[in-house]
Amino acid sequence: MTASLVLHALRVTLQGEAVVQLDATVQPGEVLTLMGPSGSGKSTALAAMIGTLAPPFRQSGRIWLAGKDITALPTHARRIGLMFQDDLLFPHLSVGGNLAFALPPTVRDRALAVDRALEQAELSGFAPRDPASLSGGQRARVALLRTLLAEPKALLLDEPFSRLDAGLRAQIRAFVFAQARARGLPVVLVTHDVEDARAARGRVLSPLGQTVGIGPAAV
Amino acid sequence: MAVPVLAGLMGTLIPALDGGFHRLAAWPGLRAAMGLSLVTGFVATVLSLTIALLLTAALYGVPAFAWVQRLLAPVLALPHAAAALGLAFLLAPSGWIARALSPWATGWEVPPDLLTLNDPAGVALILGLVVKEVPFLLLMILSALPQTDAARRMMLCRTLGYGRLRGFALTVLPALYPQLRLPVYAVLTYSMTAVESALILGPTLPPSLSAQVVLWMNAPDLKGQGLAAAGAVVQLALVIGALIVWRAGEILCRVFLTLLAVTGRRGLWLDPFADLMARAMGIALALTMAAALAGLALWSVAGPWQFPDAVPQNLTFATWSRALPDLRDSAGVTLGIAMLSTFAALALVLGCLQAEHRFALHPGAGALWLLYLPLVMPQVAFLPGVQMLALQAGLDGTMLSVALLHLVFVLPYVFLSLSAPFRAWDTRIATAAAALGASPSRVFWRLRLPMLLSPVLTAAAVGMAVSIGQYLPTLIAGAGRVETVTTAAVALASGGNRRLIGAYGLLQMLLPALGFVVALALPALVWRNRRGMLA
Repeated sequence: MTASLVLHALRVTLQGEAVVQLDATVQPGEVLTLMGPSGSGKSTALAAMIGTLAPPFRQSGRIWLAGKDITALPTHARRIGLMFQDDLLFPHLSVGGNLAFALPPTVRDRALAVDRALEQAELSGFAPRDPASLSGGQRARVALLRTLLAEPKALLLDEPFSRLDAGLRAQIRAFVFAQARARGLPVVLVTHDVEDARAARGRVLSPLGQTVGIGPAAV
Repeated sequence: MAVPVLAGLMGTLIPALDGGFHRLAAWPGLRAAMGLSLVTGFVATVLSLTIALLLTAALYGVPAFAWVQRLLAPVLALPHAAAALGLAFLLAPSGWIARALSPWATGWEVPPDLLTLNDPAGVALILGLVVKEVPFLLLMILSALPQTDAARRMMLCRTLGYGRLRGFALTVLPALYPQLRLPVYAVLTYSMTAVESALILGPTLPPSLSAQVVLWMNAPDLKGQGLAAAGAVVQLALVIGALIVWRAGEILCRVFLTLLAVTGRRGLWLDPFADLMARAMGIALALTMAAALAGLALWSVAGPWQFPDAVPQNLTFATWSRALPDLRDSAGVTLGIAMLSTFAALALVLGCLQAEHRFALHPGAGALWLLYLPLVMPQVAFLPGVQMLALQAGLDGTMLSVALLHLVFVLPYVFLSLSAPFRAWDTRIATAAAALGASPSRVFWRLRLPMLLSPVLTAAAVGMAVSIGQYLPTLIAGAGRVETVTTAAVALASGGNRRLIGAYGLLQMLLPALGFVVALALPALVWRNRRGMLA
């Protein structure tokens, strides 16, 4: 219970009209999927959770993470990891540099921590590599590792699989969900893809809080 | 672009070899003048770049940043000489700051005997350069930022727990700086070799090397020519050396930032400090500029104005009405030259861009360097040679020759201003028109050019502003017979007639502003019934 992400009557309005209305608890290891067509308020919900919402949007309700009210905290203090559509690896740093960038400064043996993380993702020995020399799937895995190394308490995924081709997609999706479950992180997935929602095996809501039917998961 | 620059360099070198270096080495002020060039160049460039980057890092995406952007155009349009004159009115021992504080705070009843202007360390000169170079670098940063994915990188850094400033320095700057490099080199060169700012604000005994070169050039005896040429060559060597040192500094900074990135230190403590500094710097620069210009305007209409008084006893248009014939003449000459060079630059730039579009050419980095060459090369190094060549060809001393030389400096700015909107034009419109049977030239004249009216006029206003602000090229190509508001204002600066200086300074400020007003108003008028063109 304590490690869960609680959206308590979270409501975002634009000129008086609600674009986000969510009341949900995401348990550790659970994936809550927000689904809807583009322009339906998915990214607004995301911005509210990481704390980058700016006027003219207005927000009410509260967000709790790991037993702490984070509603008023700035983005950098919320400890919510974010993954984008693109991997957004920094091209001027090596793979290891990208990962060390995310490691908390208190970690002493940084090279060792980076190597261990790469091992988990079956990318041993990749630390000195140029990110540009990696395949799409490898880049996606490094991006996830980078997010996780910052020791977030929850994970937000902003259509992170939409740029990957179909074969790779299922594989990376499984890797991301497995990593999140292993760490007991509550996950919010924003997507417009039914397959993503099915694979998440959790509740599927619209940004306005209605349950979205997605049919049975393919086995 | 390279031809006039290289020919000018050769033309400079030849007289320098004729005993010029000997006499230059014997000049007692040489070391101080060289030191001054290096110090003002590095200090002004480091300060300008730091302030511009700090403003961007601390205020990017914040409402206050929109204000910074709005203030950019008017400050950029202002000639260096006008900014320097306004600043001189502010800083002088009898200037506005001293008046505002006297006698109640300072006890001064007469102007104090202090070197607040033309100080030997060049502080006033550095300030004068910084107020003009910060807006220029900010504009360059703003046009480069969208290509760096800055917004998402900043957001990613925030979710990883990084502070704004640290996140910007570690993830956005490495992508931004390569696009900023040439403008920064131009700022370094300009700050080392600025002539009109140095004549107005800089030290006098000795002046900065470039200012001294210009003084030698204008010396009546022919010995001055050899000295000037030798000085110009030394100045060029100094600039090249400084650029090499700067490049080494770039590499060191990059290594340092990479090492810092992997430590994972979040740098959150920097943000309140950076935010405060950015706001304070932004406000201080804006206020300095505003006060400097208000000072010019007020002096031009001032009646009797005794020292400790903060404002003149009464206002009068006597200065303006007395100087009106002269002002009108030089304004006419200035505008004529500006229009000639800008029109030529527009024709050349549009021709190049259209050719690039029609024949699917892809200009590389070399083309960009070529374009920047006249901006990165110190003016005093190649202009004396250009003068010699023009003299031999019998081309000096006319408005046309001045306009021709201005073109070398107007062209790069017009190109920088127009290329992005020209290339961003939706070429599907051309395809659609071609499918209807329109020839490429018809598409250009009837569709592309009218649709790009607003950016074309803006580029023209930028070109006009650049031409109006030129001092040294006007002096050289005009051979003293062509007087623009800028050469007149700088010539007056050494005299003490503040009212007349104010009038010329104000005119220097108003003429470029006129261009920008037209660039804003005309499209709004032409497209008043076309909502799609006003967005």
